[in-house]
Amino acid sequence: MENNPLETKQEYSKYVDKKSPNSPILKNCFNAFWVGGLICSIGQIILFYCKYKGLDETSSATIVSIILIGISALLTSLNIFNKIGKFAGAGSLIPITGFANSIVSPAIEYKSEGYVMGVGGKMFTVAGPVLVFGISTSVIIGIIAAFF
Amino acid sequence: MEFLQSIDWMLLLRCFIVGGLICVVGQILIDKTKLTSARILVLFVTIGAILGGLGIYKYLIEFAGAGATVPLLGFGANLAKGAIQEVQNIGLLGAFIGGVKAAAGGIAAAIFFGYIASLLAKPKIKKQ
Repeated sequence: MENNPLETKQEYSKYVDKKSPNSPILKNCFNAFWVGGLICSIGQIILFYCKYKGLDETSSATIVSIILIGISALLTSLNIFNKIGKFAGAGSLIPITGFANSIVSPAIEYKSEGYVMGVGGKMFTVAGPVLVFGISTSVIIGIIAAFF
Repeated sequence: MEFLQSIDWMLLLRCFIVGGLICVVGQILIDKTKLTSARILVLFVTIGAILGGLGIYKYLIEFAGAGATVPLLGFGANLAKGAIQEVQNIGLLGAFIGGVKAAAGGIAAAIFFGYIASLLAKPKIKKQ
């Protein structure tokens, strides 16, 4: 490595951009597309099966979420989800599997800090903000709906 | 094999395409902006909730099924839908109950499985 004196922040960020491997965006998008599509399709097949068994819409959707979350918890604990995530990027992050992984992964990782503040607390590093903004938005929408 | 015959293959195809495209939007955000994955997840849930609140997202769900409900946009839309429905049932109080009620299964499952996983799995040593 050559030693570059980098004076300003701007220069530094240019330097980083140049040195960091330029992520092949088309390939990333393609992988995200088919893995994301596949995860949704697995959900859809579970949904078809629930309907085939005569369950109603709401219960079926909840069962789909629970099964997908269960699968990603299992894959996270076997350290397989990581590999899928590296390959698929947003393809495994954006479906509910990414939400599940964001809870399960720190739960395992911070076990050494104890079950209360380690597992119980760190579980929500990413899921916490998601729930805060999601639930707050839904309350606002509910209040608006109550008045109009 | 009766089950296989009950599958709507066109819906499954639309589900694959729409679900995939939503993930591509996320991938473009990852590659083209410096947003962290936490921010992207928050963004998707919030946008989903707003689209659900405006009553737009249900058309995407009709069109693509799980392709619209499985991505986090659907999680947000589900929160909003729950809040609105509960408001229609019990009034203003429903705004505080409906959202979490609708998402309760997923949230409880994620927390429970996370806890179980932490009991069973060994943390890997971070290589960085």
